[in-house]
Amino acid sequence: MRIGVVTFPGSLDDTDAARAVRYAGAEPARLWHADRDLRGVDAVILPGGFSYGDYLRCGAIARFSPVMAELVPAARAGLPVLGICNGFQILCEAHLLPGALTRNTGLRFIHANVRLTVSNVRTPWTGGFTGGELLTVPVKNGEGAFVADEPTLDELERSGRVVVRYADGAPNGSARDIAGICNAEGNVFGLMPHPEHAIDPLTGPSSDGLGFFTSLVNAFGRVGAPA
Amino acid sequence: MSGEDTVEVAAATPDVAQPFKELGLTGDEYQKIRDILGRRPTAAELALYSVMWSEHCSYKSSKVHLRNLAPNDDQSQYLLAGIGANAGVVDIGQGYAVTFKIESHNHPSFVEPHQGAATGIGGIVRDILAMGARPVAVMDALRFGPAGAHDTARVLPGVVSGISFYGNCLGLPNIGGELAFDPSYSGNPLVNALCVGVMRHDDLKAAVATGPGNKVILFGSRTGPDGVGGASVLASATFGEDGGKSAKRPSVQVGDPFMEKLLVECCLELYAADLVEGIQDLGAAGVACATTELSAGGDGGMFVDMDAIPLRDPNLTPAEILMSESQERMMAVVKPERVAAFMGICRKWDVEATVIGEVTGDGLLTMTWRGGTVVNIPPRTAADGPVYQRPFTRPDALDALQADGPERLPRADGGAALRDTLLRLLGSPGLADKRWVTRQYDSLVRGNTVLAMPDDGGLVRVAEETGLGIALATDGNGRYCTLDPYQGTQLALAEAYRNVAMTGAVPVAVTNCLNFGSPEDPAVMWQLAEAVRGLADGCKHLGIPVTGGNVSLYNQTGATAIHPTPVIGVLGVHDDVRKRLGAGFAAEGAEVVLLGTTGDEFGGSAWAEVAHQHLGGRPPAVDLDAERRLATLIVAAASGGVLASAHDLSDGGLAIALAEACLHGGRGCTVALQGDSFTALFSESASRALVSVVPGREKEFAALSVEHGVPATVLGITGGDTLTVVGTFAVPLTELGQTWEATLPAIFG
Repeated sequence: MRIGVVTFPGSLDDTDAARAVRYAGAEPARLWHADRDLRGVDAVILPGGFSYGDYLRCGAIARFSPVMAELVPAARAGLPVLGICNGFQILCEAHLLPGALTRNTGLRFIHANVRLTVSNVRTPWTGGFTGGELLTVPVKNGEGAFVADEPTLDELERSGRVVVRYADGAPNGSARDIAGICNAEGNVFGLMPHPEHAIDPLTGPSSDGLGFFTSLVNAFGRVGAPA
Repeated sequence: MSGEDTVEVAAATPDVAQPFKELGLTGDEYQKIRDILGRRPTAAELALYSVMWSEHCSYKSSKVHLRNLAPNDDQSQYLLAGIGANAGVVDIGQGYAVTFKIESHNHPSFVEPHQGAATGIGGIVRDILAMGARPVAVMDALRFGPAGAHDTARVLPGVVSGISFYGNCLGLPNIGGELAFDPSYSGNPLVNALCVGVMRHDDLKAAVATGPGNKVILFGSRTGPDGVGGASVLASATFGEDGGKSAKRPSVQVGDPFMEKLLVECCLELYAADLVEGIQDLGAAGVACATTELSAGGDGGMFVDMDAIPLRDPNLTPAEILMSESQERMMAVVKPERVAAFMGICRKWDVEATVIGEVTGDGLLTMTWRGGTVVNIPPRTAADGPVYQRPFTRPDALDALQADGPERLPRADGGAALRDTLLRLLGSPGLADKRWVTRQYDSLVRGNTVLAMPDDGGLVRVAEETGLGIALATDGNGRYCTLDPYQGTQLALAEAYRNVAMTGAVPVAVTNCLNFGSPEDPAVMWQLAEAVRGLADGCKHLGIPVTGGNVSLYNQTGATAIHPTPVIGVLGVHDDVRKRLGAGFAAEGAEVVLLGTTGDEFGGSAWAEVAHQHLGGRPPAVDLDAERRLATLIVAAASGGVLASAHDLSDGGLAIALAEACLHGGRGCTVALQGDSFTALFSESASRALVSVVPGREKEFAALSVEHGVPATVLGITGGDTLTVVGTFAVPLTELGQTWEATLPAIFG
């Protein structure tokens, strides 16, 4: 299985996302923001960082990158897409996911290990977890407070699209302690915490984050490559 | 004068009054420039000499002392490049080399804390990049006035947010540093930033312009009016009694970490494609420094067409263009046939690049602007700068200070008082939990951080396949250095060396940032000379080289200098980061052992400061042989998997080390003390460590300790949820934690 990792100018955790893909037993493929080409990958990760320096708004410029012109229709057609941190912000700006990420309530960058509850295990990115499973994963962001209007939040809750939630309260003011959400089909998933930094206790707080990547690899193994 | 001040105009108008004093030059220096050129300098030349001969760029006051730091053969065994290049390069094996350096950004950080600190990170990162290395981590050593002081509330949050903003956006993990408070830094905070980079041996780049006809390319951000005179009027002068904040604000640079990230990736791709003959970062003194140093380091001259330099402000004069310290710029020397490929890679990364000149064979640095020649100088005369033998004398007050020892201070006696002293120390701003700061830093990005704060040293994996890694620590203690700069500097070296060893790494190299007051004060010069002598002797004794460093002088407000504060960074090599040791008690039921010898040493201690606001006497004794034995023991024990944790003893002594080991590991301990409890708990004797042994390996470790000649005292065992000192006191971990964690948030929100 080949999983693409997009590098935008200012992407920072792209190497780390690629490493997580490798740890999960898949082959990472590096995708460049300026190429209108997904190189036939089976899934795509939009990594963390400060694409375009977070100028204007986080993710607001990246969504207009040439690679996004390919990614948006592919995602709508079912391609699994994971957005981590800045990647989540880009997915919201691209309207693949609802809502937006705003400045942390404390107005400071926060780096901390948090506990997450997995509340939807039906997505290709979370199928390997059990419902309610607790994960320890780091967050590191300045603009991680998820916001959406009340009907949208209600709809996300009702349809089970809140995929992960901060178990001990959101450190950044996220609405309803939401840490990550998916689209209606479940193939597009964005979260603020960094599972790619929790794949090995040597370099992170746990290996809990690896489950997102192995879930996808295992789901792909069951379904097989599309013709 | 209607037109620009060209060489011809200068020659024809020898008597024009020039603002050399305003640019920070003395009358003698100005005359020397006239003698070198055989005429008065043009306005642009005067600007160029003023920044190149500034204290910040020329090291004119410290150079005679820094010569002592040159490594001998014994120390040079691991070196690829020594002092003089942008930063020293250390061979760490397996074909990898490491370069690291620490630099000050003290004055800008006082004037404008956020941008001052941010651009401090940016500058040191470019310094490492210019060596051909990929920057892989940063650290920050910070010192402020009292935590509760009004101005600290302005400076500290701004500095931290600047480092957070720049380092996080640049994608470099911040793996440690220091945070200290002292009234001596009230009007002069110290912001020292360290960067470390990794390269393959073959990737080393030189800062030289060779080969006539080769093109000189300026790339990165455009040149603007920010930071004009940063090196001369800001960094190399004393703040007035008013602090001089507003008047000097325009001399502070403004940082764009996104551009720096592009510049890093762009440079690394240019290096990989072998398109660069020579490269130099633009830091202090901007284009003036880069052109001067590249041409002075090469074998010919250089011609620069200043009209080609892309500007953010078209109204800049040639002098301002030369002195501007606009950030995120680099200068490269490129063979003509490779310019097209060079430009292609710059375009890929959206980095603006412009050919502004070429290498010549005439030995002169020549610049034209709007048709006239505005600079025509032998570049080495600007690059080398004057050298001063500043007078130095031991401060008169030192005898009285050293005679006023801590022996007279009342000491806590009895369990309750000792317990109270521990909690008071633990909750003091200098020893309290630093997470208010470190929570704002990304320590994980790049995915190779194995240890970071609050562990003793930062540890970064270099090779995923073999586990090869590098450890880093910085240390400094201005209080010790005030009491004895020679010994205090050796204590800082010893502590950084010890901290690196605690991770299981072998210390191999040293960098330093020498923060002192005005060199025009003979007492300050004496402190500087003593500190350098202490560092040189210490490094020779330990057999490790000083690979580079930075000197920051004029850290004083009015006549009051800061504590002499050399900050020492030590680099270590870790054979296998999977065998790293953390500071926290990591195993239940593990034997707790104190290594080293404890004496009655309280001069300059945290206890003397926190309990009595006292500074006097002598700092703890230094025994570098003991330091080396301790380090060798820990490295051997880590390699053998015998230890569960290792934590060095420093400020606050054993009491603080025990509390931190409990808090970091989330696990209590029960220990018994020998001799006087107060001394055992709070003395700051050097060359000591607190370790816990993997259960079942106790005899092995005891034998190793004997073999390495390190005194080992079994104190007790880990476990439970209290820190219990048998027969003396017990503190629940929750109470320890609350005391430790509450301090900084209560002050800074």
